[in-house]
Amino acid sequence: MTDIAQPKRTKKDFASDQEVRWCPGCGDYAILNAVQKYLADAGKDPAKTVFVSGIGCSSRFPYYMNTYGFHTIHGRAPAVATGVKVANPDLDVWIVTGDGDSLSIGGNHLAHILRRNLDVNILMFNNEIYGLTKGQYSPTSPVGTKKKSTPMGSIDRPFEPAQFALGSQATFVARTIDQDIQHMTKTLAAADAHRGTSFIEILQNCVIFNKDFYAANVERKVRADRTIDLVPGEPMIYGKERDKGLRFNGFEIERCAADEADVWRADTKSTAPAVILAGMRDDPEMPVPVGLFRSVEAPNYEIGVNAQVDDAVAVKGAGALEDLVYAGETWTVE
Amino acid sequence: MTTTSAQDPQPGELPLQQLDRVVIRFAGDSGDGMQVTGNQFTRTSALFGNDLATLPDFPAEIRAPAGTRPGVSGFQLQFSSEDIHTPGDAPDVLVAMNPAALMVNIGTLKPGGVIVVNTGAFRETDLKKAKCDTNPLEDGTLEGYRVIEVDINARVNEALAESPLSNKDRQRCKNFYTLGLMYWVYSRPLEPTLAWLEEKFAKKPELVEANQLALKAGYNAGDIRELFQGQYEVPKAKLAPGTYRNIMGNEALAIGLVAGARLANLKPVFCSYPITPASGVLEALAAYKNHGIVTIQSEDEIAAICSAIGASFSGALGMTGTSGPGMALKGEAMGLAISTELPLVIVDVQRAGPSTGMPTKVEQSDLLSSIYGRNGDAPMPVIAISKPSDAFDMAIEACRIAVQYMTPVILLSDNFIANGAEPWPLPDLDAMEPFEVEFTTEKSDDFLSFGRNENLARPWVKPGTPGMEFRIGGLEKAPTSNISYDPDNHQAMTDLRHAKVRKVADSIPTPEVEGPESGELLVVGWGSTVGILKQACDRVRAGGKDVSRLHLTHVWPLPHGLDEIFSKFDRILVPEMNVEQMTVLLRGELPEHTYVSYNKVTGQPFLVAEVAERIEATLAETKKA
Repeated sequence: MTDIAQPKRTKKDFASDQEVRWCPGCGDYAILNAVQKYLADAGKDPAKTVFVSGIGCSSRFPYYMNTYGFHTIHGRAPAVATGVKVANPDLDVWIVTGDGDSLSIGGNHLAHILRRNLDVNILMFNNEIYGLTKGQYSPTSPVGTKKKSTPMGSIDRPFEPAQFALGSQATFVARTIDQDIQHMTKTLAAADAHRGTSFIEILQNCVIFNKDFYAANVERKVRADRTIDLVPGEPMIYGKERDKGLRFNGFEIERCAADEADVWRADTKSTAPAVILAGMRDDPEMPVPVGLFRSVEAPNYEIGVNAQVDDAVAVKGAGALEDLVYAGETWTVE
Repeated sequence: MTTTSAQDPQPGELPLQQLDRVVIRFAGDSGDGMQVTGNQFTRTSALFGNDLATLPDFPAEIRAPAGTRPGVSGFQLQFSSEDIHTPGDAPDVLVAMNPAALMVNIGTLKPGGVIVVNTGAFRETDLKKAKCDTNPLEDGTLEGYRVIEVDINARVNEALAESPLSNKDRQRCKNFYTLGLMYWVYSRPLEPTLAWLEEKFAKKPELVEANQLALKAGYNAGDIRELFQGQYEVPKAKLAPGTYRNIMGNEALAIGLVAGARLANLKPVFCSYPITPASGVLEALAAYKNHGIVTIQSEDEIAAICSAIGASFSGALGMTGTSGPGMALKGEAMGLAISTELPLVIVDVQRAGPSTGMPTKVEQSDLLSSIYGRNGDAPMPVIAISKPSDAFDMAIEACRIAVQYMTPVILLSDNFIANGAEPWPLPDLDAMEPFEVEFTTEKSDDFLSFGRNENLARPWVKPGTPGMEFRIGGLEKAPTSNISYDPDNHQAMTDLRHAKVRKVADSIPTPEVEGPESGELLVVGWGSTVGILKQACDRVRAGGKDVSRLHLTHVWPLPHGLDEIFSKFDRILVPEMNVEQMTVLLRGELPEHTYVSYNKVTGQPFLVAEVAERIEATLAETKKA
């Protein structure tokens, strides 16, 4: 196939004709823009791209993309995407989900798609709240979250999405921020390049039901001091002045001066360093880690499952229906 | 009680008597290999040329405590020189490997029937495990039966005296000794089983040898010891000309799914979560990979149907299989397939419910939930398999309806069909009508993602097709496929979804009436009761009374023409293994007729005798009225 005659696509080529209906100020707009622009810049073909989503604010995403799209049912996007990708491994499959969709009702499917390592990209919008049902606490809301369904505060401890993914043997785990277009684009590119299930948690602002979570850590004016970007091969340094660092002390992570910071490795065989870093959010004194937690190679399910068919054909020959029906011991009645 | 002992040979002649049909029930402990024994007898009888039908009856527990009544595993088969349709009401012969097996099954045996009993398993401890206060061999329990006592434990040990196997492993050959004995009684050849053992234990020659020895020893015991008053022969059945093989329902279903996808020219993707009694379909298909089928063992029931839906969205033929509890879990996703109008085959091997129910027992109680059991107005075609070999044709039919109408289809089987076996007259594959799918690859001026063809089906566009990108989902949609909350649109789409499913009736035949076309009583059945109802009607007619019968293969939509057929009968008797579900359906759809429901939910199939009796009773009532 030749792409020479193909004019370069722009962001517009990936935008559908449907009116975008998220709340004004919602972080989802920035993500939509970044994804459309990334796909255009990366030279993607809309016809070979499929966006699969579950249910929730984030899951309206496919309707706004001029690609193939499937808005499925609550929590089940990974299961539907598994069928899409297995049936046609040539498709570029993206899953769009939220914290409730992927970690509550769909937790099981998320765990299993990660361990199977299908070559798909998961964009998990985490705003730590149920938006579409109008503001109940979610499985990522901190303990004590007071909302209409929890007037005395939530009791259950939240999931740390990156730790959930790492525990499910995810081969690619990253976190980015809706308002940081540059960082998000870099993360999308890394996820896209990864052969396997890429899990990106996108910290996303829900201006209606949960803007406080975002303001304290992620908003532009506090971001440099409250977050650290994990870049493989680079020392773990953060802060407006780039003067703060992180280093490992056995199985703990601790703050240190920038020049004492450890170099971050995302490709270690062990998930332990990534799990420890992802757990930093339990400590309000520690920065919120973003960037690449883990990136390792592993076989892809859709390749394996189709290869078994090819192998069976190679060993037994392509089966004719007659071989199945007229099999075993037959006898003839005259 | 007439008792013959294996250690006490009696002189006498061994006449060879001809029989039309025999019903044998093998019963033993779950670990005694009764299913293997039954299947071998079935296979040999099929190869010999008998018609046959089987009824495996085993506990859900893999190994319930040995020797107890809940641990009893049974296998009943009827083999005949005539055309038969059921595994038989009451066994002529009961083979009981221990007291529990004897006590659980004695009630089903024909009066005067033969009991072959393994006396080696009637020690004090065995009786205690089976909760027998007294020894049934001595306390009069077996009065009225002909009892043949064989110490199978001892005979097997003698036969295998030279075997290198441990005592425990020798005892595991008991079932083949028993099988050999029954082969002698019914003049069956040993060769098919001898060959099967060689293949089965190819890597364990000592097991091949021991089991073959046991089989031959059992056969010779019949020959030498004169246990039986003679040998019987059930001649070959006069089956219609053709090539046959013995087939179980789950296997025929799996082959049918492969055939259906091939006729549609689609890649089949079967996604399933293990569940009794449907797992056999997944296992069979997983072995057919060289036929191009992809199988996925999903993480749960919901994932299984969702992955199948995703596969269909991609342009493959998505399929999933399950049983009752799994159907309940799949409900929401079925709605998604209905709303997005994607082809999908959903196999439901029904079992006794509600909830976990009785996983290994038969029931037809998912009928109404299959037709109506989803949120919203969610119509879907539902078709039902009647017998093991029919599973092949109905699986193809499910694929046809799914792709021609762009709809999910529920294919109902049940545990009686799934694990039952019968001779399958093999179809002429060249004569099968293909229903090749044509994907839409270009937009005409009036193209709509949810536009309609003559079947009211929408066009099938698969991802990867340039210029045709579209979005679908479970939200209500306009014909463009964009989201729509427009009130009139929702009315129109709801009406269309119903009209489309109703339209399937245009492509299915009106069932034929067996017997007079009008009269006092029409028996209407569906699913696996077919053989029993047929034989019951035959019996009533043989008694000089008129009764007619009709069998439904397509349960939703119902075929055209039923109203007219039903109007010619005073009453309609609807026997089914649930509580009035088909009756409720027929009363709603065809309310002008008088229905009499007849229900059985014991986890066991109807008996021919009880159905015949009910027909007679209903006929008598009709007369009175």
